[in-house]
Amino acid sequence: MTTRSYTRADFQTDQEVRWCPGCGDYTILASVQQFVAALGRPREEFVFISGIGCASRFPYYMNTFGMHSIHGRAPAIATGVATTRPDLSVWVITGDGDALSIGGNHLIHVLRRNVNLKILLFNNQIYGLTKGQYSPTSEIGKKTKSSPFGSIDYPFNPVSLALGAEATFVARTLDMDRSHTQAILKAAYEHEGAAFIEIYQNCNVFNDKAFIQVTGKEERIHNRIDLQHGKPIVFDGGSKAIVMRDGQATIVESSLVDPNAILVHDETRPDPAIAFALSRLSHGPYGPTPLGIFRNVERPSYDSELNAQVAEAKEQLGEGDLEKLIRSHGTWTVEAESPNGG
Amino acid sequence: MANETATADPSSTTTETLEKLVVRFAGDSGDGMQLAGNRFTDASALFGNDLATLPNFPAEIRAPAGTLPGVSSFQVQIADFDILTAGDQPDCLVAMNPAALMTNLEDLRQGGTLIVNSDAFDERNLAKAGYESDPLDDDSLKGYRVIKVPMDDLTKRAVKDTGVKGRNVLRSKNFFALGLMAWLFHRPTEPTIDWIEKKFGKQEEVAAANIAAFRAGYNFGVTTEATKNTFEVKPAALKPGTYTNVNGNTALAWGLIAASQKSGLPLFYGTYPITPASDILHELSHHKNFGVRTFQAEDEIAAIGAAIGAAFAGNLAVTGSSGPGIALKSEAISLAFMLELPLIVINVQRGGPSTGLPTKPEQSDLLFSLYGRHGESPLPVLAIATPSEAFLMAIEAARIAVKYMTPVILLSDNSVANASEPWLLPDLDSIPEIDVEYAKHPNGPDGTFLPYMRNVDTFARPWAIPGTAGLEHRVGGLEKDALSGDVSYDASNHQLMTDTRAWKVANIANDIPQLEIDGEEDAEILVLGWGSTFGSIRAAARRSRLEGHKVATLHLRYLNPLPNNLGDLLRSYDKILIPELNTGQLLKVIRAEFLIDVTGLNKVAAEPFKVSEITEKILEMVQ
Ligand SMILES: Cc1ncc(C[n+]2csc(CCOP(=O)(O)OP(=O)(O)O)c2C)c(N)n1
Ligand code: SF4
Ligand SMILES: [Mg+2]
Repeated sequence: MTTRSYTRADFQTDQEVRWCPGCGDYTILASVQQFVAALGRPREEFVFISGIGCASRFPYYMNTFGMHSIHGRAPAIATGVATTRPDLSVWVITGDGDALSIGGNHLIHVLRRNVNLKILLFNNQIYGLTKGQYSPTSEIGKKTKSSPFGSIDYPFNPVSLALGAEATFVARTLDMDRSHTQAILKAAYEHEGAAFIEIYQNCNVFNDKAFIQVTGKEERIHNRIDLQHGKPIVFDGGSKAIVMRDGQATIVESSLVDPNAILVHDETRPDPAIAFALSRLSHGPYGPTPLGIFRNVERPSYDSELNAQVAEAKEQLGEGDLEKLIRSHGTWTVEAESPNGG
Repeated sequence: MANETATADPSSTTTETLEKLVVRFAGDSGDGMQLAGNRFTDASALFGNDLATLPNFPAEIRAPAGTLPGVSSFQVQIADFDILTAGDQPDCLVAMNPAALMTNLEDLRQGGTLIVNSDAFDERNLAKAGYESDPLDDDSLKGYRVIKVPMDDLTKRAVKDTGVKGRNVLRSKNFFALGLMAWLFHRPTEPTIDWIEKKFGKQEEVAAANIAAFRAGYNFGVTTEATKNTFEVKPAALKPGTYTNVNGNTALAWGLIAASQKSGLPLFYGTYPITPASDILHELSHHKNFGVRTFQAEDEIAAIGAAIGAAFAGNLAVTGSSGPGIALKSEAISLAFMLELPLIVINVQRGGPSTGLPTKPEQSDLLFSLYGRHGESPLPVLAIATPSEAFLMAIEAARIAVKYMTPVILLSDNSVANASEPWLLPDLDSIPEIDVEYAKHPNGPDGTFLPYMRNVDTFARPWAIPGTAGLEHRVGGLEKDALSGDVSYDASNHQLMTDTRAWKVANIANDIPQLEIDGEEDAEILVLGWGSTFGSIRAAARRSRLEGHKVATLHLRYLNPLPNNLGDLLRSYDKILIPELNTGQLLKVIRAEFLIDVTGLNKVAAEPFKVSEITEKILEMVQ
């Protein structure tokens, strides 16, 4: 594979970035640009496909191939690119409304098929572009323009949803922490198949400080549970730990349990039950919340399977012969002067 | 038993030669009537008859056995000349049970032959079909030549040594009926036996039972002289060449593969199963060795979405569905229109609205195809007239899509899709290549790439696919600057882009064949049609000419843009009739486009036009 040396600037476009000043989307854009520049992979091999929403403006700002498509459908469109062009690196940029509301169906199906896509879900727990209605990740009781008495919509936990949808790679990161984001992007990039990354993204206009519990200087110390493969899951300066109890991931005081009982994180566990249990530690960023890679397992990707079938068919049957195909149902010949009734 | 004791000399039957013959197989949907009909058709095709078929099945896979909604039928017309339709009235009806008789008898020609499975006429079945007394015993069938055959019993006896058991025994009944029909109409038997061996080869017992039943049916005819008269239809004097028998869905699938080869573009078909379009998927999914990638999506939106992605990535991208699914695709079609990417959208129409009549023919999506999108988004719309024509129409749709960088809607309908006809195989080499060139180099100043800088002739924008260095660019649904493709909210730019996109599509009129009148130039009346009414319209014109009238016909394959000479042609006739299987959709278009008056003949009665219906209307108008 050719490599080139790039800087972040090589992945910037001449388009004026139109997000609100202070929006978390800027930070994510910078992380992604930095990450792909560092890969050194030719720029023309990247495709960014988005739906509709603030987040979905993203491709306009990436100097790669890109498509700003229609609301919710980016995973489907990206499927067409990824399945026919295994030579490309295909990314989906989506929001919580885009991915989980109007596009929920496509999201779960690309995950179960394991299409080779890297899906970045910018979760700001609000509809940004349409100016502040509650979204499928907004918390119960949230007062927004469309829920003046508080939302009564029970929210999705995107990580739980992805795990339930048979995803092979599921992670969570947050806009502010660029090095964490880039580490996750790298692991996703290296994963063969669908990689789902929920990115907590602050919308400072319609839902400011929604993630304060995991981003605030003080708060994050107590609430960030950093999942690290092969390491016991502890947080809050080591004072708290996760153990499995009655099939549930449970927070305990580290000092009160046998160190051997502390759950050692294994993202490659074939069964998703424990990853799911970890995702249930919080239903949103409201207290101790796991960040990092929940699950990273191998399963053949849809595109590699499809292309293998094509290759195998060619090998077994030979390159298609159209002349033969149109004769495959049996033929008969009418001679030049066939007399009527011959 | 009759076939054991009969000693009649087969030579004592007489053979009458017919020019054409319409037969209909009707039975319970579990009776295998489609299969029997198809076998009869293929044997006739291989024998050299011209033919046209009309399958008709219930929407339910298995409506309760023996009931009226459960009846499935297959009609075929065979002839020694070039025929155009599956015929209005069967000359021979096979009725496997009382329900089939009840629902089909009124169509049988007076004096026609009726073959019934008398074993099925028990009290329960009679009651289910709504008969108060057994029609085989009273004289309600006296206008027909009735051949009563205890098919259940004879089939059981025929297959008893083949090893099939239980419910499988009576499964071979359709082959018994087919064998009897083969005898009655002098059909060759080898093609059917060969087919059974090929099809059921792995299930030896089933193959043996089907062959035994088929032979028993045939021999029943021979030995009992089931009727004194048998019939034959000589081969048709078709144009010399090699033929195959093909239905519209298959021809369409093969045409897409041909388009892929002619363009050098890999074929991608994204779809979600729906009657009557699913068979295109089934067919294409077999042909991966042609580089075909089929994608059965989670819904129609994903299906077209994936196709749009595949088009962006450089494939010959196709999505197919029927009315309800096309409705779901509407937003994405407008996206493809806005992105100016090549895409074929196939709509195999069926009776609507909503789930409507999913297995019946209708042409009621014309206006939807022309106008059923938000914003100003005119698209090329093509319509297939006959099953075999689907092959070339698929190639034509691909040619237009890639040459003009636009989605193209290709209309078929249930009667094109499932009906079959002999197809004179084309010389594949003589089909022109489809020229495709992906953009390779920057086209703007200072090495920039302008994704909307257009070809001066076609107004197509360049197709710059991912992986091409220096051509990185972004497209999207937001309005774009006329050159750079960057997002533009500029008012005059939107006007320019709207006009340009419309002009691009309208200009395709200069790149499609001019229409030619069929029939007399100085005719008293012009009959204008589109889509699957082709055969009935042409046949009705023939009949009207036999009545001494001058009749011209025109058939539209291009519904948008309309051929350039259409207006002049229409204006040269005083009387214009437009028969359509809808409530008058082309009629509205013609009136709106040309400000001329036209008369409609419209029906949405779950079946194609009868030739007689159009003939009567023509005669009424010229009188
Ligand atoms: C078919 C359709 N329905 C509705 C909209 C309006 N719409 C645009 S973005 C959006 C919600 C976006 O929310 P989210 O995905 O969370 O993105 P954010 O703006 O928060 O980044 C809606 C409802 C649309 N563009 N298309
Ligand atoms: S509305 Fe919110 S999400 Fe959208 S750009 Fe502004 S801050 Fe960002
Ligand atoms: Mg949002």
